[in-house]
Amino acid sequence: MNFDFSDEQKMLRDQARKFLDEKSSTKTVRTVLNDDAKSFDAALWKSVAEQGWLGVTIPEEHGGLGLGRLELCVLAEEIGRAIAPIPFSSTLYFFTEALLSAGSAEQQAKVLPGVVDGSVIGAFAVSEGAGAPSPTSIEAQFDGSKLTGVKIPVTDGDIATHAVVLAREGAGLSLVLVDLKQAAVKRETLKTLDPTRGHARLTFTKATAERIGKAGEGWDLAEGVLDRAAVLIAFEQIGGSQACLDMSVDYAKNRFAFSRQIGSFQAIKHKLADMYVGIELARSNAYYGAWALSTESSQLPIAAAAARVAASDAYYFASKENIQAHGGMGYTWEVDCHLFYRRSKLLAVQAGGPGVWKEKLVRRLELKNAA
Amino acid sequence: MDFNDSSEEAAFRAEARAWLEKTLGPPASRATMKTEGDVIAASKAYQAKKAAAGYVGLTWRKDVGGRELPPIFQVIFSQEEQKFQAPVSPFGIGLGMCIPTVIAFHSADKIKRYVGPALRGEEIWCQLFSEPSAGSDVAGLKTKAVRDGDDWIVNGQKVWTSGAHYCDYGILLVRTNPEKEKHKGLTMFVVNMKAPGVEVRPIHQMSGGSNFNEVYFTDVRISDSERLGEVGNGWNVALVTLMNERLAVGGSAGPEYGEILELARHTPSPSGKGSLLQDQAFREKLAGWYVSAEGYTLGKYRTMTALSKGQTPGPENSIGKLLNANRMQDLANAAIEGEDHFGIISDPAIAPLQGAFHNAYMWAPGLRIAGGTDEILRNIIAERVLGLPQDVRVDKGVAYKDLPTGR
Repeated sequence: MNFDFSDEQKMLRDQARKFLDEKSSTKTVRTVLNDDAKSFDAALWKSVAEQGWLGVTIPEEHGGLGLGRLELCVLAEEIGRAIAPIPFSSTLYFFTEALLSAGSAEQQAKVLPGVVDGSVIGAFAVSEGAGAPSPTSIEAQFDGSKLTGVKIPVTDGDIATHAVVLAREGAGLSLVLVDLKQAAVKRETLKTLDPTRGHARLTFTKATAERIGKAGEGWDLAEGVLDRAAVLIAFEQIGGSQACLDMSVDYAKNRFAFSRQIGSFQAIKHKLADMYVGIELARSNAYYGAWALSTESSQLPIAAAAARVAASDAYYFASKENIQAHGGMGYTWEVDCHLFYRRSKLLAVQAGGPGVWKEKLVRRLELKNAA
Repeated sequence: MDFNDSSEEAAFRAEARAWLEKTLGPPASRATMKTEGDVIAASKAYQAKKAAAGYVGLTWRKDVGGRELPPIFQVIFSQEEQKFQAPVSPFGIGLGMCIPTVIAFHSADKIKRYVGPALRGEEIWCQLFSEPSAGSDVAGLKTKAVRDGDDWIVNGQKVWTSGAHYCDYGILLVRTNPEKEKHKGLTMFVVNMKAPGVEVRPIHQMSGGSNFNEVYFTDVRISDSERLGEVGNGWNVALVTLMNERLAVGGSAGPEYGEILELARHTPSPSGKGSLLQDQAFREKLAGWYVSAEGYTLGKYRTMTALSKGQTPGPENSIGKLLNANRMQDLANAAIEGEDHFGIISDPAIAPLQGAFHNAYMWAPGLRIAGGTDEILRNIIAERVLGLPQDVRVDKGVAYKDLPTGR
């Protein structure tokens, strides 16, 4: 039994934590939060590229490190803990995973080296409006070379150089790759709950685009990308949840009320114990997701859904109760609680909300049980 | 990351499996055990063979009959035993908690006297800590022992003692000095459960069953040579015993998501359209139970990994029972409510799964209390895992006899 990360992977985690503590303190996060014109930290993005993190899963032939998904999980947890204001998830968990799973050799060669050096920022565009997208709800059209339609919201869509877009092609759906630096693409920045990450409405008017993967397989390909991203996001969520718990524990030990540490009250203890239980439950499920992802296991769809459901629940609980444990101070702009509360909501909905994933999990369990 | 045994572990597992196959045969081939007497007899017979083959006390010192193997080997053997449904339940408390305490604190000749027969299943042990007025706060116990020459005279009452009616010996925590603070006036003894003055009465549980007992002590004489540890050091001895308990009380042993999924497939939904399995509210709950059950199983793999690397798992294992007992209750409740009016029927001849959901519904409240209540487990996580401060204590620095007791 070796259901844990290796010593090398743990070393990578320690290095990543040290690096992010220094370069992505919440002070850094707040420079993005407090500046409406800024939707990511370009300097941090550059340093992250210099660390080689952006190429961790990209094969060496495209300039990457060619390591596995487990290393990316390790980094994801630290990015989540630091609520880093960079388009890491959009570029690596969605855009790169889409290209690695469906892109041709030429398409990969065209964009992946840019991902490694940080010059390519990728986005993944599915949503077109309120509610969960379905195979029949997608209206964006691809005619074989041009893309027309509206995607809203696109996480990191305001800063991305490229996007993978789900669009209708003939009778079916396809994934298409679009260079966003063309006049046929209009971007409008959106105000969101989490201003530490950029969001946009993208309007395509006969924008030049090329299909990745086969025509008509777009929905299934997108679902595959979402399964992979679900595991990676779960690690970000766990990192963020753990940061909330650490903040709460520290505060509960140092804040006095009624002449005693508030952490000595059972009402606080039990709240924090429940945070811990939720996080550990999510962690065990996410480890299984990581294993399934790294081994290309047939168990991935169930493991990914379970990891995502557990991690979304854990982060929502930890981030809201972290505010509660901090009392009135927790409700101020200056205390960091709200940064995690905001990010927890972005991560919970960006790859499909908890309701969608609970439904996916049960549908997959039904099939497995019937088999 | 993988789920494979090391080569040494794999060899041990294969050896254990072969032995279990030879000794027990497939579970289906065995006669059904109807009475408790049948279970005890079958368990004793199995235990004798297991001891002869060297599979008892795997982690214990060699000089007391153990093999000094790392804990991962105990986990592996227990996993394989579970697959074969080996009859081991009467020995869990004795070999898991009492005998390790005896080995840690008793004299050499007494260790020799007790460990062998316990290993071979000839004598069964129980644990006598809880009292009617000392549950979560077990150090507040009243049962007293008074010195009388070379003996102690014990008077009082214990409660929630599993298996007391068929046990031969027990470890007994009593108050030997009410003048001291409550944690400091306790002493631990080995007691002969057949001694004069020991009376065992079954507890009639809310479920209708009787898995536990009350044990009354009236002028029971225990030799000072049966004392475990120093006089007044009983609390520290008890901590050694309890360290093992939360590992022992764990699995939910009730229906899980797979069973309720199948039930829901064939049950109409509350809306009257389609099955309960198609009901969105039900599906959301089902997802939650799966995540909890899988998280528990996968968490055990993480514990096994730690054990396999020679690390000692700590109080973080408290999570298991907390999750399982609550899931058991919620899941059973949903199954019963899902059946609507029909759900009230618990008759095994009519109810789904021979009434397993109803049994779980009635067992779960006990599981949430036994071996550390939900609340105590949360305190343990908060204090021992997260490092939060202890609650303010009103019993610090106060002699036991001066503490308020309430009803």
